[in-house]
Amino acid sequence: MLTATGKLVESFCIQLGLYAATFAGALKRLTSRPWHFRMLLQQAEEVGVQSLPVVMLTALFTGMVLALQSYIVFHRFAAESLTGLVVSMSVVRELGPVLVGLMVAGRVGASFAAELGTMRVTEQIDALWTLSTDPVRYLILPRLIAVTLMMPLLVVVADFIGIYGGYAISVHVLDQNPAVYIENTTIYMELSDFYSGLVKAAFFGMLIGLIGCTEGFNCKGGAEGVGTATTRAVVVSCMSILISDYFLTAWMFG
Amino acid sequence: MSSEIPRISIRGLSKRFDDKIILDGADLDIMPGKSTTVIGMSGTGKSVLIKCVLGLLKPDSGEILIDGENWLELKEHEQLQRMQRVGMLFQGGALFDSLSVWENVSFALLRRGLSKTKAKERAIEVLEWVGLYDIEDKMPAELSGGMAKRVGLARTICHKPDIVFFDEPTTGLDPIMSDVINKLIVRLHKDSGTTILSITHDMKSASMISDHIALLCHGRIHMQIPANELDSNQDPMLRQFVEGKAEGPINCSIWGKQIEEAIQR
Repeated sequence: MLTATGKLVESFCIQLGLYAATFAGALKRLTSRPWHFRMLLQQAEEVGVQSLPVVMLTALFTGMVLALQSYIVFHRFAAESLTGLVVSMSVVRELGPVLVGLMVAGRVGASFAAELGTMRVTEQIDALWTLSTDPVRYLILPRLIAVTLMMPLLVVVADFIGIYGGYAISVHVLDQNPAVYIENTTIYMELSDFYSGLVKAAFFGMLIGLIGCTEGFNCKGGAEGVGTATTRAVVVSCMSILISDYFLTAWMFG
Repeated sequence: MSSEIPRISIRGLSKRFDDKIILDGADLDIMPGKSTTVIGMSGTGKSVLIKCVLGLLKPDSGEILIDGENWLELKEHEQLQRMQRVGMLFQGGALFDSLSVWENVSFALLRRGLSKTKAKERAIEVLEWVGLYDIEDKMPAELSGGMAKRVGLARTICHKPDIVFFDEPTTGLDPIMSDVINKLIVRLHKDSGTTILSITHDMKSASMISDHIALLCHGRIHMQIPANELDSNQDPMLRQFVEGKAEGPINCSIWGKQIEEAIQR
């Protein structure tokens, strides 16, 4: 029992060390040339543009269902006019960054781990080194920057679409007054609510990039290893997003 | 061996994975402009040796001197800079899936800032040298094993390195394609006087491409001889390996298995 626990702790510490080493390696290279701008743009397109449909659909339905649920509850004590505020606050402060984070972790984190993992097991990463190209600078740094920058942009899109989803259901299905809905939404919301979501988004983006790249880059053991790395990238990213969300919220609003 | 200073000198190289000793004080000299091949059973640490020399694995102890400079003492960016003089052909080709054939071949030149037009011209020239025509715009997934190996060879030599490493250059190829690759390596060696370090367990390939042959056994270089003495040398370990006998001084059942397991871990 003790041995099993010890091994678990050891493997956890090793994994943490790998994440820290990847982060430190990327940070060290951030301030020196060469910068691979083409790779950065490619990754930004892959992370940002390609994730848009999934993010938009998720945000739309989240806003819609949130409006429906809030209305049902508020109707019990005749406070239906607060629906707009609850939808907007929830989406902007919490659900936008978290749900977009989870979607991007599933799509992008998995893709980073699978791509780099395959490159590792087929010796393509070693080949980069022998062609006098630093693999961390060429593969990890552009991905890490791209996902950290793109996440807040995706969350801005998700915020607007989520709020619109709530508006559409409240106004067109639940017959609420559109002017009251918009007024309640805008009057109580502060710019800091919006910013806090974006800070969370950037942090989650960095986590997704760091975990996906580290898992793939340190992958071992052929096809099975790539599978394990990909699964772990998604699971660890999702868990990290949910756990760090609490601490970020406590830090920003506590 | 002559009294020249070796181009590559490996001294007391040791590497272990967990408690498994893979290299146990290996010594090897590769003379300038010579082709040396390290032979040995699968799993004896040949790949570990070459990866240590290339800086892909960090040895536990020992020295790797290239042109008198200890590569293990170099900083990462200094090592990367020195890699511009080096070429490496990986066992599986290790072509970049996301890049076309010509981008793969001229990868090192593109990274050094050569224009796309000139890099593509150079790639086509080298592809023709390895006997491949009109494939520059294909993707690696569209190539056969033999073609991928030749594209890998083209990428290895495109930036005109003066030291080239070959990791099992003929493994997984049919006899005809193996012969093609061997002849290309011989041609490269003769045409440009490149210093070559290869690892293989294909004896036909070893005797064809090498000036010297070294036998790696039980973590050490057991012997290093001129390639033309391969058939006449009566060392029991060498004879067991060359003649492919299970019985003999090389304890094949335990050693190879231990290393494979250790590397996997």
